[in-house]
Amino acid sequence: MSALSRRDAAKRIARFGTVLAAGGLVAPRAPVLAQDDPVLAGRPLVRYPEKTDLILLTSRPPQLETPMKYFDRAITPNDAFFVRYHVFPIPLEVDLAIWRLRVTGRVDRPLELSYDDLKTRFPRAAVTAVNQCSGNSRGRFAPRVLGGQWGDGAMGNAEWVGARLKDILASAGVRQGAVQATFDGLDKPAFPSVPDFVKSLDITRIMDDPDILVAYQMNGAPLPMLNGFPARLVVPGWYATYWVKNLSEIEIVDQPFEKFWMKPGYRIPDNACGCVPPGTAPSRTVPISRMTVRSFIASPSPGTRVPVGRPVTLKGIAFDAGHGIQGVEISVDGGATWRRTDLGGDLGRYSFREWSATWTPGQAGPARVMVRAFNRIGESQGREPLWNPAGYLRNVVEHVDLQVG
Amino acid sequence: MRRILWPGLLVLALVASAVAADKTIPMPPDHTYATLKPGAGVEVTRQQCVSCHSTDYIVMQPHGNARQWDGVVTKMIKVFGAPVSEQDAKTIVEYLATQYGN
Repeated sequence: MSALSRRDAAKRIARFGTVLAAGGLVAPRAPVLAQDDPVLAGRPLVRYPEKTDLILLTSRPPQLETPMKYFDRAITPNDAFFVRYHVFPIPLEVDLAIWRLRVTGRVDRPLELSYDDLKTRFPRAAVTAVNQCSGNSRGRFAPRVLGGQWGDGAMGNAEWVGARLKDILASAGVRQGAVQATFDGLDKPAFPSVPDFVKSLDITRIMDDPDILVAYQMNGAPLPMLNGFPARLVVPGWYATYWVKNLSEIEIVDQPFEKFWMKPGYRIPDNACGCVPPGTAPSRTVPISRMTVRSFIASPSPGTRVPVGRPVTLKGIAFDAGHGIQGVEISVDGGATWRRTDLGGDLGRYSFREWSATWTPGQAGPARVMVRAFNRIGESQGREPLWNPAGYLRNVVEHVDLQVG
Repeated sequence: MRRILWPGLLVLALVASAVAADKTIPMPPDHTYATLKPGAGVEVTRQQCVSCHSTDYIVMQPHGNARQWDGVVTKMIKVFGAPVSEQDAKTIVEYLATQYGN
């Protein structure tokens, strides 16, 4: 049996096992995704509601990872979009006749907005933007760190449509002295002692950025429940921790909000790289915010056998925090020389940018293809991975290993 | 062509609006791939931990000594307010350091 057909057989078994598990039966053996990647090895492929087969990280609260094969294109399908919740129970039912987005706190006119209000009372705004978990690729940190051991699939890119957050706040009338808005969703912990997942943004940040949305549409459809139905915050350029799902309350406050998920949660070392020497602790931290520059090779997948002397098409995506991708380069000689790839269409500065290149392998044997991106202000990716104790900001130069001949 | 297409689109639109008005999804059960290893203290560990999260949150972590696991269990109690007794916390740390130690 070839390696490829073994993989296919294992995938089929994985799907079958998932059906058993979802039906409440105990599968005789844990079904797993056949994977050479040590971070993903042993993880089942599962199918959650409104989702296609995704890589299971955790069942409850659910964390589901998007397989790398979906990153050969700029837009990530809704059913393949990753899932990450922090507290359980998560919302499993939303009745739009009852659901309201409340705007409370230091405002002149508290609001209770229905789904229709969001769509009709505010101008419709759209942005195509990457949503990436702060801890994406945490499983690759060395030395390893505690936390969700993600591979590289805790990211996705979608066209978000909604109401501008600044328009909503203007409608409520933010009072003098207000400094932040806090955002809470329908996910509520089982015990009152567990910190509820609440995030905050500065009022000045909100009023200066017309791309921050309360989105009610994702790639032309209502949001999947597990991606935040009926509405979620969209904060282009910033990590997904701020993109509060199943949004239900915005409170305007006159003090910086410092409950658990803002402090001590989701913080990075207070220095230019957000990093410290591996294994050490930072002396000062700040809330995580902007995403680092990243690029990935989605196709061919690692371990693929390619013929000598025949052109191979390489494809993937690149993104940054919103300056926009200037160029993507590949190297097939261990990083000694780099050459430009062709960029796909520009969907906006916050979007995945597709890239593609053709490479004709010259000799048989193992080959490594590396990729790196530059943004419009010259930021790029390091050859050595940065490290911090929470496993955030990873953006080392990525590669795939192929077999030629 | 048009005559065939329109009724189909109408049905689709009705289904779409019904889905958008009230969405309900089932919650899949915890997956069995992350079943805790057998060993002294496994039952206490399972009972105390699964009230808030599935066991994959445990088994995926880097293996560590008693100091690492004591830090994790203490965080669950002090930061996340897990209602775990001192005795059970001790049992859990011992179990984790033995079965998921380095």
